[in-house]
Amino acid sequence: MTAARTLQWKTYALLAPMVFFASSGNVLLGKGMKQIGDVRGWSLAALGAFFLKTFSNGWIWLGIGSLLVFLVSFMVVLSWADYSFVMPVSAASYALVPLMSRWLLGERVSAQRWAGVGLICLGVALVTRTPASGEGWS
Amino acid sequence: MRTVLCLALIVLGTSGGELSVSHAMKRLGQLERFSPRSLLNFLGRAFRATWFQAGIALLALGFFSLLALLSWADVSFVIPATALSYVAGALGAKFLLGERLTPWRWAGIVLVSAGVALVSLS
Repeated sequence: MTAARTLQWKTYALLAPMVFFASSGNVLLGKGMKQIGDVRGWSLAALGAFFLKTFSNGWIWLGIGSLLVFLVSFMVVLSWADYSFVMPVSAASYALVPLMSRWLLGERVSAQRWAGVGLICLGVALVTRTPASGEGWS
Repeated sequence: MRTVLCLALIVLGTSGGELSVSHAMKRLGQLERFSPRSLLNFLGRAFRATWFQAGIALLALGFFSLLALLSWADVSFVIPATALSYVAGALGAKFLLGERLTPWRWAGIVLVSAGVALVSLS
């Protein structure tokens, strides 16, 4: 296997958990914030109460944990891969978010949104035709 | 109006933050070994980098704007809508990080953006 090919597979191996934890993190945060409810006013006391409620919610902490795993994978993959490669490929999480929202939060996802998800997947497929790192260009 | 303002802060924070983090990680160099020790050492060096700290500050701005927006809007609307930051990120990668974007990569990004626009329309 050539060095460029190894690099490409190493990139995918990190992108997979990155996409999964980005999606699950956002869905978990969404679940937590729905439990907490709307921000009630913008006074210091109201904001303080809002933050206290936010950070004493278990779903929020699970969401933050997922996003931390995402951040570490993101940092490591960016130590060699192009940002312009990682960023659109990580948009694969857009395909996972409507699925998770549907299953976990019970939100309705329209046909139009599913079509958008299809386009995003096609875009991600095109980007993965290019080398993950600028060093892989020949 | 507050939805538009929140989206703008999310896009600015996310793109600017990720571009700064990307710049910091490239300066650190590729992580070669995946032992817990070398990973911790790598993360330690990253956390001390100024570009990384600036990136985290911007990402935090985007994150808290996202938390606020999620409290009144559906997650299957919010997350796709915040993908506008992917277009800003592609331009930043080209003009700020000097990355090479081939026609394939541009086509992919354009399709992703079109998909995002479709997903965001309600």
